[in-house]
Amino acid sequence: MMKKINLNVNDKHYAIEVDIKESLLDVLRDRLHLTGVKQGCSVGECGACTVLIDGTPYNSCIYLAMWADGKKITTIEGIEKDGQLSKVQQAFVDEGAIQCGYCTPGLVMTTTALVESGKKYSDEEIKREISGHFCRCTGYQKIFNAVKKSLDE
Amino acid sequence: MKEKVIGNRASRLDAVSKVTGKAKYTDDFFEREMLVGKVLRSPHAHALIKHIDVSKAKSLEGVEAVITHEDLPKIKFATAGHPWSLDPNHRDVADRLILTDKARYVGDSIAAVVATDHLTAEKAIKLIEVEYEVLPHVLDAEEAIKPDAPTIHDEKKDNIISSFGQAFGDIEQDFQQADYIMEGVYETSIVQHCHLENHTAYAYKDTDGRIVIVTSTQIPHIVRRVVSQALGLSWGKVRVIKPYIGGGFGNKQDVVIEPLTAAMTLSVNGKPVRYQLSREECFIGTRTRHAIKFYMKTALSKDNRLKAIHIKAFSNNGAYASHGHSIIMSASSKFRPLYHFNSVKVEPKTVYTNLPTAGAMRAYGVPQICFALESHLDDICKKLKLNPIEFRKRNLISLGHVDPLSKIKVRSFGIPECIQKGKELIKWDEKKKSYENQTGEKRRGLGMACFSYFSGTHPVGLELAGARIVMNQDGSIQLQVGATEIGQGSDTAFAQMAAEVLGISMDMVRVISTQDTDIAPFDTGAYASRQTYVSGAAVKKAALEVKDKVLKIASRKTGLKVEDLDIVDKQIVEKDLGTPLCSLEEIAMLSYYDRIHAEPIKSDTSENIRTNAVAYGVTFAEVLVDMVTGKIEVLEIYNVHDSGTIINPSLAEGQVHGGVSMALGYALSEKLMFDEKTGRPLNHNLLDYKLQTILDTPKIGVGFVETYEPTGSFGQKSIGENPAISPAPAIRNAVLDATGVQFNKLPMNPQAVFEKFKDEGLL
Ligand code: FES
Ligand code: FES
Repeated sequence: MMKKINLNVNDKHYAIEVDIKESLLDVLRDRLHLTGVKQGCSVGECGACTVLIDGTPYNSCIYLAMWADGKKITTIEGIEKDGQLSKVQQAFVDEGAIQCGYCTPGLVMTTTALVESGKKYSDEEIKREISGHFCRCTGYQKIFNAVKKSLDE
Repeated sequence: MKEKVIGNRASRLDAVSKVTGKAKYTDDFFEREMLVGKVLRSPHAHALIKHIDVSKAKSLEGVEAVITHEDLPKIKFATAGHPWSLDPNHRDVADRLILTDKARYVGDSIAAVVATDHLTAEKAIKLIEVEYEVLPHVLDAEEAIKPDAPTIHDEKKDNIISSFGQAFGDIEQDFQQADYIMEGVYETSIVQHCHLENHTAYAYKDTDGRIVIVTSTQIPHIVRRVVSQALGLSWGKVRVIKPYIGGGFGNKQDVVIEPLTAAMTLSVNGKPVRYQLSREECFIGTRTRHAIKFYMKTALSKDNRLKAIHIKAFSNNGAYASHGHSIIMSASSKFRPLYHFNSVKVEPKTVYTNLPTAGAMRAYGVPQICFALESHLDDICKKLKLNPIEFRKRNLISLGHVDPLSKIKVRSFGIPECIQKGKELIKWDEKKKSYENQTGEKRRGLGMACFSYFSGTHPVGLELAGARIVMNQDGSIQLQVGATEIGQGSDTAFAQMAAEVLGISMDMVRVISTQDTDIAPFDTGAYASRQTYVSGAAVKKAALEVKDKVLKIASRKTGLKVEDLDIVDKQIVEKDLGTPLCSLEEIAMLSYYDRIHAEPIKSDTSENIRTNAVAYGVTFAEVLVDMVTGKIEVLEIYNVHDSGTIINPSLAEGQVHGGVSMALGYALSEKLMFDEKTGRPLNHNLLDYKLQTILDTPKIGVGFVETYEPTGSFGQKSIGENPAISPAPAIRNAVLDATGVQFNKLPMNPQAVFEKFKDEGLL
């Protein structure tokens, strides 16, 4: 069954028809070609597909597209502003937190949400907040440093 | 002053494209009306396929093709990512069909569907009717070689892929003359690479009739060869393109899905077809790390010197050979240039079982043998009441050592300094004293383990690499390599090498990161930690050739001899005085536009490396063991490496972090489990297979002892796989230190520890 939905993705409006069973991930990748959103498992276990929905990080692979009707979605493609890396992106680059890069967009999204929350986080809290993201390359060491740096004033 | 680029913490070249989501991986390319491929997998661990009826599946709307082994060439092929061997005796075992005619493990590929979309493909898979005759199965390597075990491949009735061993010295005499003989049995489990991007590829037929495959691989040139072999095509008929890849760790050093992807597009007249594995399929349908059981027997003299070692090993290869016996052969040669033995005898057996196929995984057999050997050494020390560090130091080989079998010579040897550094980092002596005689519920312990590893596969395999450079009008360059960037940072390291030789800045080097077999120089790819050492030599050669051409033009212009000129900071200078003569850009412009001599500057080179360099390292670990719950916490862990010159410390640290983290999982939590009765996988998803998360991972300390390896183009040796080798035995030895209990089987997860404590009467 198809349903018409309105999406605001990275400040652009889309009125599209989606299958009621379609995940937001598939719509973002296959229909809007926002391929910065990655897929590592499709069942909510790895965090690679994380996007912000009204500012909150979600695994888009287990979020139905029709639930996103009327909501504001931010993907990795919407983070860079005027050709400038965001503070979070710059921290990931500077700290060397990237290897294969497949986990990177998801981690940048979650970190962005942490930064935008304006809250303070202890080291343990940082770890808990990003523990939903798997990274097989970095051992999380430089990722942790990048998140911390992003949260530093 | 000439600025050094080698040794800089240069940022990865692809960092910005990855952090912005612009870097394109295989799944990020779209073709119009791309079809979807899916596979029907066997529910049985071992079964004959009596009949397959695809008629219902074929008639489903949206299904474009259904294929089985009957539709495909009856060619058995080998999948391992090794260079082709002209000698038929040195080839990998060819035991695969693209789609099988007999089920040999739960998950074996029986039939494939090509359809307009996922849902239709899935529906069609369910409509395929297969009549099986279920056969008895065997999962354990030692069981599989018993006379009454079921035969898995008719070509190897006894299920033994190979039992070729290695030996030198007079082992019998050494055991006869030994003052002590020590024995131990050590065992590792099946684990999986879990690269974040699953295997994925798409293929189509080009207008010239050739098959184009875009795939997530470490070895594009080998993929091209194997696909051609599997389909019986001339090798030039296949073109393979490798974009960015989301990790590989050896699992993509194997030609896993590409032959079938090619067969899928051929079944629909060359229309584009995407074949993507799910995470569950990736766990069982690709490769795993061999579980190996070692029986170790060691002869010692009473002055505590190692005399002889006799190792029997059973390597569980699963259903198909893939890298097969090469894994245990790698293990049995790479551990040798570390401790001195008069005689060594390794008697391995690599065995087929009805499990998913084991293949290459980070450090290729060495994490397994290192666990066995380094655990065994600590068990010896415990028995003889020896200090494990002093015992190891006493038995180390020395610089100049030549392995009697491989003839590999140790030309740089930093392990003594690595041990010293690791010992200081963890404050060994100080802590050792304070942890004596613990009795409480929580006990601390210290452990360490050493390793040796190679830089590439010489003399076993061909080590050929290619590099090409084109200089632009402004003096900047394009560098093209056949070696593959898989996240480890090789493109950046190569750029540093080229910049160093050419006296230009990093932003003047553009590395073409995509390998397209139509255009990329020939190189066998990312494995064996070979690229910095082997492909790096090709990059240096290409850069030197360009430099020579630049200086020849400069010599013509200035009248000075080539030998008296150099390029420093984008300027042509007089070498001894350092005085600038003209800019590199002027020379580049002459190369394009001089009316008489114009000839753009470029190079196109290959290096066939016929040396190997032994890299070293050590792990020191401190653990806290909960004697009630069996939980092992790693409090501190340090890896110290001798990898020769470190080209880029930031990238090298990244390799150590990732390797140690992977090894922490190997030691403490990861294990792919199977139901004994059915052979079915039990935890082939990221929820139940316990990967390390950030919460499980302690701070990982990294140290380097920079030796200069004379055979390295810049003094470098391997680093990529090395960090994954020694953490597991170091942790195990720390647990031994804390509890007195010998854990001889990985992983040491809470359940295993708890049960062992119960067996030992500690609970
Ligand atoms: S793809 Fe969504 S959590 Fe893994
Ligand atoms: S960088 Fe490869 S998974 Fe994180």
